[in-house]
Amino acid sequence: MPDGASNLSIVLIGLNHETAPVEIRERLTFGGDRELPLTLIRKVSFVKEFIFLSTCNRVEVLMTTPDPASAEVEIKKVLTESNGIPLGEFERCLYIYHEEEAVKHLFRVAASLDSMVLGEPQILGQIKDAYRQATDQKTSGVILNRLLHKTFSVAKRVRTETGICSHAVSISFAAVELARKIFADLKGKRAMLIGAGEMAELASEHLISNGVAEIIVANRTLERAVELAQKFKGRAVSLDEIYDQLSKVDIIISSTGAPGVVIHYDNVKSVMRARKNRPLFLIDIAVPRDIDPRTNEIDNVYLYDIDDLKGIVELNKAERQKEARRAERIIEEEVIKFRYWLQALDITPIIVSLREKAEQIRLKECQKTLSSMGPLTPEQEKAVHVLTASIINKMLHDPITYLKGKSSREHKDTYLDFARQIFNLNGEPVDTEEE
Amino acid sequence: MNVILFKLTLLLYLAATAGYLVYIISQQKPAGRVALGVAIAGFFFHTATIIVRYYEAGYAPVTNLHESLSFFAWALVGGYLYIHQRYKVKNLGAFATPIAALSMIASSTLPKKIIALPPVLKSYWLPIHAAVYFLAYGILGVAACAGIMYLIQERQIKKKKFGAFYQRLPSLEVLDAINYRCLTIGFPLLTIGILTGSLWAEQAWGAHWQWDPKETWSLVNWLFYAALLHERLAVGWRGRRAAIMAIIGLGALLFTFLGVSLLLKGLHTYAGWGV
Repeated sequence: MPDGASNLSIVLIGLNHETAPVEIRERLTFGGDRELPLTLIRKVSFVKEFIFLSTCNRVEVLMTTPDPASAEVEIKKVLTESNGIPLGEFERCLYIYHEEEAVKHLFRVAASLDSMVLGEPQILGQIKDAYRQATDQKTSGVILNRLLHKTFSVAKRVRTETGICSHAVSISFAAVELARKIFADLKGKRAMLIGAGEMAELASEHLISNGVAEIIVANRTLERAVELAQKFKGRAVSLDEIYDQLSKVDIIISSTGAPGVVIHYDNVKSVMRARKNRPLFLIDIAVPRDIDPRTNEIDNVYLYDIDDLKGIVELNKAERQKEARRAERIIEEEVIKFRYWLQALDITPIIVSLREKAEQIRLKECQKTLSSMGPLTPEQEKAVHVLTASIINKMLHDPITYLKGKSSREHKDTYLDFARQIFNLNGEPVDTEEE
Repeated sequence: MNVILFKLTLLLYLAATAGYLVYIISQQKPAGRVALGVAIAGFFFHTATIIVRYYEAGYAPVTNLHESLSFFAWALVGGYLYIHQRYKVKNLGAFATPIAALSMIASSTLPKKIIALPPVLKSYWLPIHAAVYFLAYGILGVAACAGIMYLIQERQIKKKKFGAFYQRLPSLEVLDAINYRCLTIGFPLLTIGILTGSLWAEQAWGAHWQWDPKETWSLVNWLFYAALLHERLAVGWRGRRAAIMAIIGLGALLFTFLGVSLLLKGLHTYAGWGV
């Protein structure tokens, strides 16, 4: 991006889970002090505005600077010295983006295109936190404020216009998604866990948050069953009681360590009449399997084992990849829009477009009035034009002198942006969207 | 006048069908909203068509095949709109409106001329008996649409092969609920239809029941749906079986409506090509 009269560059320095090993990432903690990096970076004289983002998968510094080369050196120094990381090793993990590339990178990160799990939603919240911290500490200014607001709206656009977040990419989510295609609404449905493993626990959390009415836990050791049941405000039963529950529950998640089949074909077949054929969704995440595979042949019974669910997850990941390509296009588009805004933060184009706008208004109004005044002599017509033009010039004189006077001031971006807003000079319609 | 309105209706149904197809392929919500709006407009003009024709003809427009097919389409769209506003289920329209549009196209190719009514049909029973039957056809037609959707979706979930329809079709439970809802509305209507027919037959022909082909087939239909409803309530025939039954049921109804009139001779055969 040409920095025009603003003379500021946007620079992003960072590393992520792909460029840096965990041994480096885990050391970039500043001793757990969230304020410290801001305090340190603020002292770097080449940095004008900045935002510091730190998650377990990435550390990034986004800044505007009049002197990118010096600023980069200083930032690297801050990050390595206060965390005791050798500079050479650190530099190998870094990526540095300038101008449009930096903007694009930020958009991609926020839209979760740069995440380990494509489309995961947490990263946007983490960027919002980092930005909130920056505004609290007043380290961001007019350019980064604008850039971050734009980032949030781009992330939102990607989320709503593409399906990048809409396909479950974890086993437990995939199971819940399936449940919602079998049962319209999980409200009022009952689920039973057989075996109290970690994955079963995770799936139960998703089921609860989707409104499942009751969770019944059956486990070899009753103690663990009671513990888990309490967590979900459910009921614990012994393993012998699961067959009585078959007619009452709608979803079963089985994950015992039993060597053989726990639920047989006949167990399920015989309860379907008592269930009046209400659908039964069986999820078998145990290896070896707990539920006889033939139960899937029974009408209104749907059995999914761990491989089936993994297969869905793989398909969904591929689906997200496809959606990611559409997301990239949206981001390209938004980067261009941002460039226009940035270019407009220059003094000359503002004065030019301000004059153009005034002249347009003047001509239009003259035309209207002259045509309704009837025939005038050329002298009279000329007099009207001279009059209106001089009014315009006198009106604009003060604002233009004011803007010119600020052109060397430190906060000139603020004045220019404000001038654009007040006269509504943006190339695109006034963009007031906040998150 | 009714012919112009009829053509307008047909156009709107075709547009709604196109809209719903765009929606089911693109999954863009605005397309679905436009399609629904067009379908509602079509239904509105269709209602006007039927009312105007009633006044122009002087009798309920359900006597010949042109009128009957049109009335069936009207009932189907009405049934669809009712189910849609109750269940808010997406893409049912992509299955219901094409059937309505096809029925209207078939209707448009048939003679539309208003002819004098045969004396036997001049009765206040005509609008009641015929209209009740077509309302039943319409709502049971929606049940069959939900049945087709159920079978597609169930197959995907059961076979664990997820095609393009998986995301686009609603959940099994909702489709089954629609099936049941339509059955509880359609079956009483069928019952009223058969009873009013019997009362009318007594007046017109002097006997409640004469085993003419239409009567026989109507009874078969009624018994079929009675069995489905009974099994559903008693032992829970739901899901796939109920969906298949809803589709077969509609097939049998359409045979009674079209096949019997066109293929088998009997007392009801005045409802033929309208010539």
